[in-house]
Amino acid sequence: MKNTKKAVKKTGKISAGHSKDTAFESGLAFARPESLREAENHYCAGCGHGIIHRLICEVIDEFKIREKVIAVAPVGCAVIAYDYWDFDVAEAAHGRTPAVATGIKRVRPGSIVFTYQGDGDLAAIGTAEIIHTANRGENITVIFVNNGVYGMTGGQMAPTTLAGQKTSTTIHGRSLRREGYPLKVLEMLAVLPGTKYLERVSVHSSHEVLRAKRAIKKAFQMQIENKGFSMVEVLSMCPTYWGMPPIQAADRIKNEVSTFYPLGVIKSC
Amino acid sequence: MAKIKIDKDRCKGCYLCVVNCPNALIKISESMNVKGVKAAYFSGSSKCTGCAMCAVICPDCGITVFK
Repeated sequence: MKNTKKAVKKTGKISAGHSKDTAFESGLAFARPESLREAENHYCAGCGHGIIHRLICEVIDEFKIREKVIAVAPVGCAVIAYDYWDFDVAEAAHGRTPAVATGIKRVRPGSIVFTYQGDGDLAAIGTAEIIHTANRGENITVIFVNNGVYGMTGGQMAPTTLAGQKTSTTIHGRSLRREGYPLKVLEMLAVLPGTKYLERVSVHSSHEVLRAKRAIKKAFQMQIENKGFSMVEVLSMCPTYWGMPPIQAADRIKNEVSTFYPLGVIKSC
Repeated sequence: MAKIKIDKDRCKGCYLCVVNCPNALIKISESMNVKGVKAAYFSGSSKCTGCAMCAVICPDCGITVFK
């Protein structure tokens, strides 16, 4: 236990002021990014939020933009993301995250603004905000976490819930006739000329996590180069409200969710 | 020789690291940690290549990798 604590402390020091080469010499190959606080997250076991939080921090550290970043946190499971990120974070009303980000970016054009939203936040109550923000081509980055349910409020059906999926409000499974089709947000936004980079990734395996990091990096790169609206949809696990163990939830993304929401670049220009 | 350190008390027992280790070097402990979870632990084998596949999938950032 003592040793582990020491290692983590050491890590912080290395990533704080030393180059990658120094870290390599000391033998450290992977450690907590500097922008991610030491605090333990409140997410359930196997939840993808923790992974995505870390990926964002890694990208911010690699670009060295921590002092310039302003995140806008959503309402949903990630509502207290500001407790985990060690950079500036604003909190928006449910679904209004892209509108708040628009304001921040316009007032402080030199800052790097990104929103972090779940599917209940972005695809349900915030549909208007995301469509108009994308259509205006605001130079912000959106990280959209799609786990197919409302996690914070008790696992109710979200617009992105797959057909046949059981949730607390669709106890016999989502019926296409009654609740309609799952919403493919990226494909919907791809037709808007204001969107410049749209990619869908997943965090169900280590390889996919590395791909997700590349996508998030590219999205931030687009904003740094003033190219316009960029968005990454991350398919994430919600083992608690999918009613299955985390490993099985990861398999579900691989076998079921990613067949409906195909992974890859949807639009890049 | 590469090795990893798992912060036992951070582990929530999702075991995503266990299935993502290409050499199956991470095992599930018999005893419980402070959360009442049977935490994952590193078997200490010299087969570890330090690929960090376990660390990149850990949702709780509980794994540090040394090479």
